[in-house]
Amino acid sequence: MTFDIKKYSLFIIATLLLVTVSSLFARGVYQTDEDFISEAFLNKPPENSSIMLGGDVRKKVALLLGHPYGGLIIKYWVKEGRTAWILKEIGKTEPITFGIVIKNSKIEKIKVLEFRESRGWEVKYPAFTKQYNGVGLEGDKLDKNIDGVSGATLSLWAMNGVSRVALYLHQHLSNKPK
Amino acid sequence: MNIKKSLKGLVALAIAGSFSNAAIAAPTNAEIFDMMQEMKQELKNLKAENNELKGTVQEVAVSTDEAIKAQIKLANKSHWGGYGELHYNNLEGQGPGVSDTKKIDFHRFVLYFGHEFRDDLRFFSEFELEHALVKDIGDADTSDNGPGEVELEQAYIQYDYNETTQITGGLFLMPIGIMNETHEPDTFYGVERNTVEKNIIPSTWWEGGVMLTKELKPGLTLDVALTSGLEATDAKKYKPRDGRQKVASASARSLATIGRLKYTAIPGLELAASLFNQTDYCQGVVVGCGSARAFETHAVYKKDKFQLRALYAAWKIDGDDVKADGADKQNGYYLEPAYRFNDKWGAFVRYETYDNNDGGSTDTEVEARSIGFNYWIDPTVVAKFDYVDQSKANNGDKDGINIGIGYSF
Repeated sequence: MTFDIKKYSLFIIATLLLVTVSSLFARGVYQTDEDFISEAFLNKPPENSSIMLGGDVRKKVALLLGHPYGGLIIKYWVKEGRTAWILKEIGKTEPITFGIVIKNSKIEKIKVLEFRESRGWEVKYPAFTKQYNGVGLEGDKLDKNIDGVSGATLSLWAMNGVSRVALYLHQHLSNKPK
Repeated sequence: MNIKKSLKGLVALAIAGSFSNAAIAAPTNAEIFDMMQEMKQELKNLKAENNELKGTVQEVAVSTDEAIKAQIKLANKSHWGGYGELHYNNLEGQGPGVSDTKKIDFHRFVLYFGHEFRDDLRFFSEFELEHALVKDIGDADTSDNGPGEVELEQAYIQYDYNETTQITGGLFLMPIGIMNETHEPDTFYGVERNTVEKNIIPSTWWEGGVMLTKELKPGLTLDVALTSGLEATDAKKYKPRDGRQKVASASARSLATIGRLKYTAIPGLELAASLFNQTDYCQGVVVGCGSARAFETHAVYKKDKFQLRALYAAWKIDGDDVKADGADKQNGYYLEPAYRFNDKWGAFVRYETYDNNDGGSTDTEVEARSIGFNYWIDPTVVAKFDYVDQSKANNGDKDGINIGIGYSF
């Protein structure tokens, strides 16, 4: 028996249709950093500030992340006690960009801004990210269990890691003498 | 007071002393001693300050070094990883003619390699050595060749057409089952993979072809693929596991299609169903072997520390000869509740049953009950222990323990 392309024509047509009707946004970037910050501060974002990762802060960030952070300086935005952070962390092999807003030492909002892994993108869904709302830091761990998505364990770990770092840095800034 | 001031004071005193010995009284020894003490203290402070600065410079150097290394990792376009697992099996055969299984085996040693050509175009591969040793001597299928296999399990190019659509071309894992695509040892319970996915699906199952992945709605994903197919044989009782051609100079007389619908919109829950179809299950070389369809569905539910995995898979194969062998119906299912006590410890129980000859008149069902635990030494390094009691309806029973260690990175 030989392969007859006609038998698969329906499959091929269906495939082409699915591809054609798809929306035309580039996969990966769901929101730009600027838009996230602007949205976080109701279109009136403050000037950005920065914190240098030296000494104990560097060591603590490495502990919370499980490895050293990929930069010397982390930018952040602060206004009326709320801080916003843009942090990158590798899931399985590719960096995922997260936007995080902290208020009263709890996560107010976390969002996947850019995702380039071939699996595990389910962590971007609001149904998943809303589990983080109101989560704080208890010691070196999040104070609430986050239910994962099958096949997205490494993306979940990445999101947990940046959440811990943002919560710690927010606390560090709050505790600094004015 | 600092050193400059002290020096100025001394100089001033010296000048004053030389020009007006009479007018200004020379400093007393006690005053000179005090000044010297102040200078000594200043030197001590400066030394401390200098050491502190040295420390800061060193700290910045270490931070920079770490940051650069981490940044390189973030920016690197090529990446590699892998996983592996060592198994020790000690199972005793129950009943006449049933042999024991007592062996130690580095079951899988796997290396990943991937490269990102562009943000929307990437390559991924998985290269595996099974059972640690392959010797290329002697005839095929003899023990001279060693127990192992060297396999290319994945090698594909993936293109992100848009935010919700991916196209994958090459050699990829079939979208079916719980463990076919995710099977690193730290991600599942039990030393050995469950026998239902192994013998019915049959995992690990890869084919060459093209696959479209479409996110229909948030949490609802469709995969459809046109791939190479299986080549089952009468000699191997038409078992799908033995029909895998592994894309190795494989016959492509009869291609296959597969589709999967996966629902993951609720955190912790995965529901999925796959349908596979092949026009000729034996690639046209066996008279009395026709088309084959496989259906698989599963649920994975995780809530806090509790997890449940449940899977059902079945084949229906046409053809008189297949039917005569009782292989026209092959199916199985398993249930696996598990509890994760903390980051380190988790325990599970599993009931599994499958039958590769369910269409026959004799009972050929295989059943197994397992209980065991995993100990995660690190999030992706795991030690495992389990007890398994397996019974074959027509071929005796086996029971015993399995111990394993596995990793992934």
